[in-house]
Amino acid sequence: MTLILPYAREDGGNPPSLYPDYRSTVLRSPRQPPLLVPPTLTEVTGPAGNWERLIGPAMTDLTTQHKGTPQGQRIVVTGRVLDERGRPVPNTIVEIWQANAAGRYIHSKDDWPAPLDPNFTGAGRVVTDEEGNYRYVTIRPGAYPWGNHKNAWRPAHIHLSLLGPAFATRLVTQMYFPDDPLIEIDPIANAVPLPFRQRLVSRFDIGTTVPNWALGYRFDIVLKGREQTPFEDDHDD
Amino acid sequence: MMIDELERRDAAPRHDNQDPALFGQTPSQTVGPFFHYGLPWKGGADLVGRSDLGARPDLMPPEHYLLGTSGVTGTPQGEAIEIAGCIYDGNGAPIPDAMVELWQANAAGRYASPDDGRQEIELDPHFIGFGRSATDKEGVFRFRTIRPGRVPGPGNSLQAPHIALSIFGRGLLKRLATRLYFADGEGNDTDPILALVPEERRRTLIAVRRPDHTWWLDVHLQGPDETVFFDL
Repeated sequence: MTLILPYAREDGGNPPSLYPDYRSTVLRSPRQPPLLVPPTLTEVTGPAGNWERLIGPAMTDLTTQHKGTPQGQRIVVTGRVLDERGRPVPNTIVEIWQANAAGRYIHSKDDWPAPLDPNFTGAGRVVTDEEGNYRYVTIRPGAYPWGNHKNAWRPAHIHLSLLGPAFATRLVTQMYFPDDPLIEIDPIANAVPLPFRQRLVSRFDIGTTVPNWALGYRFDIVLKGREQTPFEDDHDD
Repeated sequence: MMIDELERRDAAPRHDNQDPALFGQTPSQTVGPFFHYGLPWKGGADLVGRSDLGARPDLMPPEHYLLGTSGVTGTPQGEAIEIAGCIYDGNGAPIPDAMVELWQANAAGRYASPDDGRQEIELDPHFIGFGRSATDKEGVFRFRTIRPGRVPGPGNSLQAPHIALSIFGRGLLKRLATRLYFADGEGNDTDPILALVPEERRRTLIAVRRPDHTWWLDVHLQGPDETVFFDL
């Protein structure tokens, strides 16, 4: 008999797999409903710890990765990783990647005519502390056009990737900035229904803002929480 | 006095990520097409040796590859295997901008996780069991790993050897979770998860051995051969 404390399933705030306004979903979204399976040891375990061995040391200041200082507005992005009951998720990896201040990715397939910045890559990673805190110093990314429809522009965003404590808690998401009018017309953000879409919008925070140095934004990330009751299937006993 | 008051002013409360009324799971968003300089590191798909497998350094200038290389050393116990497959869209076109992650037990059937408390089964100091592979220009992901041992399932059941996979990509608003089983895997016919999969779709989870010894499993996001994905 194995007692398994399962994780919650996704809540109503998650986007569907198929959201035709975001055109790439049309040929890439499964059409069969996902198969509901009981949680096993496979889903409730994950490579917690071991991050440095696996992926390498932290990179928390994206403005000091090259010889010079990158162009753009320096910002601090910080927050906590929490479970659904508001408890911190410590010692978990938060990876980020983003475009530069002009809205251009360093990626070779991004070729729209905005300048690259030789002093900015836009990749970082950090492990949360005991209270679930993470903190990055970076540059506010720019908006950029994309080919989804005529005159389509992505709102400024930072990509975030979290593993959390288990295979079941894996999350990749995007953080947006407050008061960005593009969020309202962006099919990717709009795949998340209101009011849940607001969970993707960071808050400007004067307390996080560092005088004479950087504006501060807060963004908490909430992962699936663990259920209170063990899942126990003993019908065969 | 006026200045003191100014310094104490706070921004107006608003409907955003910090609003307690909205507290709950952070919704998923796509990785998009440009994750290669941020996620898949060199060696991330090689859980056995020291190759650069997994990364796509061809997609960025070399000075902007900052991800480092896998720091796992030594040779893990068990049978070294290669697993690979192509990811296809609903038109049957390979997807060159997807990414696959793997999570598995070691050869003895133990997960390198604090949530696997079975002390009687040894951890392997040279094996974590997590990997990441970007698909290549042909839409193929590829891992070098070891064949996992069996782990317990619900009740008194034992699961057949399997590897948990996550699929990410442009156009995927959510991670797709699936599994890879082995065609000759001990216990496939009694595996509690496979048993829940309609029989005609089970083959979408079962890797077959190619003449070059690679365990091959294609992933079809859509269509008549659509892979079984799980609601975890």
